[in-house]
Amino acid sequence: MKTVRVLIVDDHRLFRSGVRAELGPSIQVIGEAEDVESAVTAIGELQPDVVLLDVHMPGGGGQEVLRRVLGSGSQVRFLALSVSDAAEDVIGVIRGGARGYVTKTISGAELTDAIIRVSEGDAVFSPRLAGFVLDAFASTEAPPIDPELDSLTQREREVLRLIARGYAYKEIAKELFISVKTVETHVSSVLRKLQLSNRHELSRWATARRLV
Amino acid sequence: MLPEMSEMPNAPAAYPRMVRPASGRVVAGVAQGAAAQLRLDPVVLRLAFVLLTVVDGLGVVAYAALWMFTPKEEVKGREPAREWGQLAAYGVLWLALAGFAWMTGASSGGFGTWPIAVGGIGALILWQQADPGRRQRWMSGAVKQVSTTWVRTGIGALLVVVGAIGFLAASGELAKARTGLVFTAVVVGGMLMIAAPWLASLVKELQRERTERIRQEERAEVAAHVHDSVLHTLTLIQRNAHDAREVARLARSQERELRNWLYQPKQDADATLAAAVRRVAAEEEDAHGVQIEVVCVGDCELNEGLVALLQAARQAMVNACKYSGAPVVSVYAEVEPDEVTVFVRDRGKGFVLDDVPGDRMGIRQSIIGRMERNGGSARVRTEPGDGTEVMLTMKREQ
Repeated sequence: MKTVRVLIVDDHRLFRSGVRAELGPSIQVIGEAEDVESAVTAIGELQPDVVLLDVHMPGGGGQEVLRRVLGSGSQVRFLALSVSDAAEDVIGVIRGGARGYVTKTISGAELTDAIIRVSEGDAVFSPRLAGFVLDAFASTEAPPIDPELDSLTQREREVLRLIARGYAYKEIAKELFISVKTVETHVSSVLRKLQLSNRHELSRWATARRLV
Repeated sequence: MLPEMSEMPNAPAAYPRMVRPASGRVVAGVAQGAAAQLRLDPVVLRLAFVLLTVVDGLGVVAYAALWMFTPKEEVKGREPAREWGQLAAYGVLWLALAGFAWMTGASSGGFGTWPIAVGGIGALILWQQADPGRRQRWMSGAVKQVSTTWVRTGIGALLVVVGAIGFLAASGELAKARTGLVFTAVVVGGMLMIAAPWLASLVKELQRERTERIRQEERAEVAAHVHDSVLHTLTLIQRNAHDAREVARLARSQERELRNWLYQPKQDADATLAAAVRRVAAEEEDAHGVQIEVVCVGDCELNEGLVALLQAARQAMVNACKYSGAPVVSVYAEVEPDEVTVFVRDRGKGFVLDDVPGDRMGIRQSIIGRMERNGGSARVRTEPGDGTEVMLTMKREQ
């Protein structure tokens, strides 16, 4: 099995070394960065397979790293890792281009799993992210501008609901009588919609949620 | 607008005490100084003085009074010459106006004009003598309130019109009784004009104080919260350092509490479903030391049926924490237009439903029975070794 080369971007040194120690043998940590500047430089130089990206960092945070790296046409894949549960942060960083979002309470084994999944081009949704997406796409009053992108299919909804209920991809596949690959396809498709939908409600929903 | 301002050597950006500048003065620099104070074009004030002079010579009196009370600006070197050309122009203008007024008889305002003169000059002097800081507040209060300039222009124009009518009425021997009223109106109007910036600044000041107070209260609340919760927990953790389980429980409970405080919209746990589910999960998490992950989609008001649903969900969480042996329990609550569903799931031991003895109240009574009595339904899915999932559904009353 090929090892996945990972760069850890986080402004807490303790946390970086903690993650390093927890990751499985199939993950090779090739570097660390502690702010936006050093992250952008390190990504350019090391070309990691996956960047573990902290959302809150000095100098603009994870979203700034995403903007600068992906804006320059790089194909590097990002997995956001944060202590924050705020919808704003979660939706913001996914729309910024990250392929997944997990919270820092995740176990080492699950994180290893998530990194491998992202390195293969799939999306990683935590139960909470799935909940946010369901909430955001449900809370639409205006008719979608682009039905292809602005609404979820019945199947995608089912998959997201199961993720929110705490099911792993394998369990979802069993539950819905589909293959794990199909589950991954559905999640990737939801990710694409989340990133590409022009619906302003998504961002507005995320921001407004804090203000209630 | 104020070319002279830049030439005044001792003029800082803020409002200084009014002085009479030497350069560019026409008579004694009073109009120019006052204009700098009021941020007006000096020409306006000069014209005003000329116009007032036509009426019973009021302009001269006002000018003289201000001249007396206003210090002269210090000049280094030779004093610049008076602007004789401008003086001549204003003189000619005054002559023309005086002639016109004499012919129409509008200049003989009589005694009625004197109170205004005294009031006006008094106000000007007050303005001129006022403490610079306060004056600046008056001014900024008046200027920054959007469109108050328009209001002031309007009021000013109105006063001019009222004044003109008054003069005409007095000189044209119209109903004499009315003139008194008119002049009272003018004086009151003038007072309002003087008070307007002050009132505006008062309102502004109050608003500023209010926002400041809210900010301080917010800061105090944050400090109190950090003190009561985080510091307190840290102390407890240090004291229980030998007990790993207790430390984990304390840390987890504090983390959850802080998270709710930071990221969750402020909700009333007695009134809305999502907040109530979170609270129940938090309580059971604390009671059993098992992590409960809660995801809520949508929200609605609590009612009797939903309270029963909550109690059933609590029982399901208790069962999962106590008997499943799983380290994490997942709770998912979704509010749909016609129904509310709550899932409680663990990846623990699981069990055979039919093997549960009939006298065990947990599942049959507290979960299934309670849901059915309240018009909902409960489904338990479990297999040994495959975890347990309890699905609770309650129809929403429309």
